[in-house]
Amino acid sequence: MTDRLLEIRNLQIDGESDEVWHEIIKDIDLNIDRGEVLGLIGESGAGKSTLGLAAMNFARPGCRIRGGSIRFDNKELTEESETALRKLRGVRIAYVAQSAAASFNPAHQLIDQFSEIPVVHGVKKRQDAEADAKDLYRRVLLPDPDGIGYRYPHQVSGGQLQRAMTAMALSCRPDLIIFDEPTTALDVTTQIEVLATIRDIVREFNTAAIYISHDLAVVAQMADRIMVLRYGELVEEASTRKMMSEPQMDYTKSLWAVRSFKKETETAASESGPLVKVNNVTAGYEKEDVLKNVTFEIHRGQTVAVVGESGSGKSTAARVITGLLPPRLGDIEFNGKPLPKDYRSRNKDQLRHAQMIYQMADTALNPRQRIRSIIGRPLGFYLGLSGQKKEDRIRDLLSLIELEPDVYIDRYPDELSGGQKQRVSIARALAAEPEFIICDEVTSALDQLVAEGILRLLDNLQREFNLAYMFITHDLATVRAIADNIVVMLQGEIVEQGPKQKVFSPPHHKYTELLLSSVPEMNPDWLDDLIAHRKRHGAMTSTSTS
Amino acid sequence: MTPDQATTANPAIDRVAPHRSRMKNMFREILKAPITAKFGILVILIYGFVAIFAPALTPYGETEIVGPEFDVWGDTFILGTDGLGRDMLTRLLFGARNTVGIAFLTTVLAFLIGGLTGLFAAIYSGWFDQIASRIVDVLMAIPQLIFALMLLTIFGTSIPTLIIVIATLDATRVFRVTRAVSLNVVVLDYFEAARLRGEHIFWLCIREILPNITAPLLAEFGLRFCFVFLMIAALSFLGLGVQPPTADWGSMVRENAVLITYGDITPILPAIAIAILTLGVNFLVDWFLHKSSGLKDGH
Repeated sequence: MTDRLLEIRNLQIDGESDEVWHEIIKDIDLNIDRGEVLGLIGESGAGKSTLGLAAMNFARPGCRIRGGSIRFDNKELTEESETALRKLRGVRIAYVAQSAAASFNPAHQLIDQFSEIPVVHGVKKRQDAEADAKDLYRRVLLPDPDGIGYRYPHQVSGGQLQRAMTAMALSCRPDLIIFDEPTTALDVTTQIEVLATIRDIVREFNTAAIYISHDLAVVAQMADRIMVLRYGELVEEASTRKMMSEPQMDYTKSLWAVRSFKKETETAASESGPLVKVNNVTAGYEKEDVLKNVTFEIHRGQTVAVVGESGSGKSTAARVITGLLPPRLGDIEFNGKPLPKDYRSRNKDQLRHAQMIYQMADTALNPRQRIRSIIGRPLGFYLGLSGQKKEDRIRDLLSLIELEPDVYIDRYPDELSGGQKQRVSIARALAAEPEFIICDEVTSALDQLVAEGILRLLDNLQREFNLAYMFITHDLATVRAIADNIVVMLQGEIVEQGPKQKVFSPPHHKYTELLLSSVPEMNPDWLDDLIAHRKRHGAMTSTSTS
Repeated sequence: MTPDQATTANPAIDRVAPHRSRMKNMFREILKAPITAKFGILVILIYGFVAIFAPALTPYGETEIVGPEFDVWGDTFILGTDGLGRDMLTRLLFGARNTVGIAFLTTVLAFLIGGLTGLFAAIYSGWFDQIASRIVDVLMAIPQLIFALMLLTIFGTSIPTLIIVIATLDATRVFRVTRAVSLNVVVLDYFEAARLRGEHIFWLCIREILPNITAPLLAEFGLRFCFVFLMIAALSFLGLGVQPPTADWGSMVRENAVLITYGDITPILPAIAIAILTLGVNFLVDWFLHKSSGLKDGH
């Protein structure tokens, strides 16, 4: 018991919505020893972040800690005053948030924000804090550690910011750091570097950590022990290796099995020629070209996955096809005929045949329209349906996306969950009876189980209606599951393209290789092996940083 | 549950917010509103009632001379009479009708002009936005009261001119606000989806943007209404607004101003009427802004 750092007993936390308090953490126990890394896994709404913050005896606005005990270093935090807690937070317990970009104050230099905590708490003098910052920046492998602190947050990349944030959390040498999804917002290639940094630094300083993530493979690399949460309750707890090799509970097994979905048949290019053809397209904003001489084809009934990290031009390609961004050079052919470059010059039929599904279902549905009018509008607008016919069709579509029509037809989008909203987006696209749908990162904002449901649905619909998909994603697991053809993009150019089998089997293009090897695997030794491998081959970092 | 079931029963895993009707919601919100907002609602309802039923609430006519000049408060004339012998209370009640009515019409007109151009500017961006924004800049560069005085001197001081001049000047502010909040909607995916669907500009305005910016626009409407109302009162006080013998709170303050030197508070009454309405509307707007900003009490 001597090295027990944090001990939470029977913790109960309530959350408020619409004046009603309901339990979001139900009677959870949690222990962390010094130097230990605990992984918290669960889907959104499982209470991971709430539990993580509770380790500092902190509850978000709209939440309250109702009962239980939180002992940190043999002090009962629930009985401490707010002043005493403030001395603890940031000094002995630090927090690294999901989006470093949103957590830094854009108006101050990184080093100012670094120094603030130790100076305010009287741990260090300003000069010492700055010297320490540079030392830590070096240790988290930031480029130009002596100078980078004098930059503003917008002048560094997302991955670098996340590392600067980790350095900042270490500024007072805390005993415990809470990492709340620190790599979720990053590209796979960047994620690796941040993961490696976090793990090394935690080991080096012998800091205990709570690592919160919904991505099992990531947690497997970081944690010594894993707790699986669901609906605010503990499902299962075991050491990482044991949890990975022999999960006990059904729910845990289902989480483990999530990435198992795979499309049954693969569709080859049809003889009738491509449905959509992107011809030597060069496009961009202002003076800069975001897409450079890009050519690819999409055939009927086929899924073409466009892969690349952020800034590679994937979404710009979609904007060119939809006509939102007329290309500077080249053109788009649909069914063998060139499409007008600007969507405003396209006729209704041309617009109807190319539909789009967006990443954020929250912003893709008008919050002030009922599901009935969201799905009904394309029916009336394109197909001229009205009255009972339209109503019937809306109900058909709702059944198609596996939502009970009677329950959902009169709802507003904010009365649906994330996965259901995405389903409604799909129904809206289907309502237009298109031949071609662009899916822009449609699953990346969703939990794994929900995302898999969406993929299955898309796959079923494809077979039923012979749809062609252009699937934009940075998630290679998704690509493996659903793609027929793959287009790999880097900095606006196509690096490699072809059938899935060909792109995924060696020999790879150098960048494809980097992408493929960066996808976390369920094996707890994966990160170690990878780093060792990359060191041997001298290809440590990606193109995006340093 | 087997893993297989867990994956197929996806929608059940998603948490779902309960379904509620909007009307019930609104009623509940009003009940929950802070006391200041309730006061605001009450004040507006009373003023509205008075403005509509003014003739029924008093036995005298608006411009009828019914007694001696500057009569004191008493039984026949509850609040006394003014310099011409007209009943003060009657004038106050009709003043609500005139001042509030004109201010309301002006604000509505300002919102029609400013709101529509603001929406179009947000949707079309490009040259239309440039031209409209620069015109607005020019109009806003000139102090509003002085500009209004000048325009009213040029075009004369009839009520329609008054309404049009003030509405045009105020539309500039409405334009700015509408354009700014619409721009937030225009960049969202559902707007892009509607655009790609090939929707007509009016559908975009009315179905996609307006329902999503009603909260800030309503709040702005309340504030604008107060400013317009004060502006009309000020112009009337200066003699360029509502012309006698029409009862109007601004000019009533001026007409009876002499009384104040005798220690009579009667001339202040119309000013108080203005103050209370302004306060009430502002309380309501504050509550509205607070609600639409999504802030919870205590944070």
